[in-house]
Amino acid sequence: MSKKVGFLQGNEAAAHGALYAGCKFFAGYPITPSTEVSEVLSIELPKIGGKFIQMEDEIGAMAALLGGALAGQKALTSTSGPGLSLKQELIGYGCIAEIPCVVYNVMRGGPSTGMPTGPSQSDVMCAKWGTHGDHATIALMPASVQETFEMIVRAFNLAEKYRMPVHVLPDEIVAHMRERIVFPEPGELEVIDRTTPSVPPAEYKPYDTKFGDVPPLAAFGSGYKFHVTGLNKLPDGFPTTKAEYVQAEEERQVRKVMANVDEIVEFEEFMLDDAEVCVVAYGSTSRSARYAVNAAREQGIKVGMFRIKTFWPFPDKQIKALAQKVKGFIVPEMNLGMCSLEIERCAQGKAQILGINRVDGEPINPEQIIEKIKEVK
Amino acid sequence: MARYELRFSGAGGQGLITAGIILAEAASIHEGKQAVQSQSYGPEARGGASKSEVIIDDVPVDYPKVTKCDALLALTQEACDKYSDDLKDDGILLYDNDLVTKLPAGNFKKVGFNIINTAKNEVGREIVANIVALGAMIALTGVVSRENGEKAVLSRVPEAFLELNKKAYAAGFEKAKAAAAA
Repeated sequence: MSKKVGFLQGNEAAAHGALYAGCKFFAGYPITPSTEVSEVLSIELPKIGGKFIQMEDEIGAMAALLGGALAGQKALTSTSGPGLSLKQELIGYGCIAEIPCVVYNVMRGGPSTGMPTGPSQSDVMCAKWGTHGDHATIALMPASVQETFEMIVRAFNLAEKYRMPVHVLPDEIVAHMRERIVFPEPGELEVIDRTTPSVPPAEYKPYDTKFGDVPPLAAFGSGYKFHVTGLNKLPDGFPTTKAEYVQAEEERQVRKVMANVDEIVEFEEFMLDDAEVCVVAYGSTSRSARYAVNAAREQGIKVGMFRIKTFWPFPDKQIKALAQKVKGFIVPEMNLGMCSLEIERCAQGKAQILGINRVDGEPINPEQIIEKIKEVK
Repeated sequence: MARYELRFSGAGGQGLITAGIILAEAASIHEGKQAVQSQSYGPEARGGASKSEVIIDDVPVDYPKVTKCDALLALTQEACDKYSDDLKDDGILLYDNDLVTKLPAGNFKKVGFNIINTAKNEVGREIVANIVALGAMIALTGVVSRENGEKAVLSRVPEAFLELNKKAYAAGFEKAKAAAAA
């Protein structure tokens, strides 16, 4: 039997990816350029017994998301920059209370209302540091419609596995462009569900580290009663200021991600074997970069691309290794140099770094990248 | 076939994004080629310069936007002025000759006819001007077959409007052929 194909937008693929992953709960507030996710899920979720809630604003939506997730559902919200800013307090709550959920944020021009219909990649730091305090972040960067579907599934898997909010950050181009998609069959992609308690309700503690760095999570309404708070907490979930608990808990919540960085970080290497110049790109910009690398190769230039698929945790190890090998990095991005900062940190002065930065609502075109490749000394 | 780049431009609300989607579906789903459709528009729901771009290739499309335009549709003077800069010398400009009166300089082929008026007065509804334009674009570029173009149009349209859209597509196809031959 031939597989089902469609011609979809990135946003539509995201909604279908969420359904594939088992998402049963969406809470959001519509915002350009992410609205199509809500449109699709408002139609599809009720058909499968799921719930779709449009809240009064993005803050309320994020709060509802955490509630839905604690009630045992796989939960998704979609938004864009101004909405991501509003959600930050509750994203932090999701980090400290360890609540699995997926935040799909389509990057448009900013700050503030910025350019609602223009593409951007300027929320990568906001995803990492937008909420205050120490916390680990996972953020995935799709570059095609097919990949948006697959990355939403993966985002749910990571959220459920590590019990935390996970970001998916398409830029407006990926979110709005349409491409052919082949829908994976059920069972074709891995789908992970959160670990639930093996102990009876009376013995259950929501942050019991004897089960490892990611303690099992019971669903509200399943007979397990527990306390949830944004304060630093004890294994039973009640607040504490005891130094030894606070330090250990903060460290564990970062460690649960960073100790698994090799499993979490995904990337693509394109024509890097003999490359003297490496273009580091992500999202739609990586498509310009691929075009540019092919064109520059035809001119005899030894250039390749490192495509970031997982932006957070950042692929430190891979960039460090490349810095020993190449003369220079070209970093095209639709912001004023956010990824460049990370490359500088990893390269530690071992290679030249040239940014290409656009924030005018226009994509970085292949020609710009080809010109910059030629500047590497 | 090599990478082929098309742009549909005009004002917001003229259905240009839909025309782009249908062409890309015709290429990708009905013709088995690779295609990507993207768009750019202002915050207004109606009005403002709007464009929809379609890249068609035999191999997967990387950069999803136009680099050098092979074929441009312009339904307003503003869009024609704004989006014709990167049209190739051997490219095609299709325009509404009631609305676009100042043509850009260039060696590309210029084909104009009364696209919107055809939809309004000959087909019967102005709303299908985008389908008239799509038929015309397919006639001029041959980027997909006439049949596959029509299939893609009809698979997007509610049943009550099948005949209207069929008529619009055929009118655009025939008129463009006649205008190009003239």
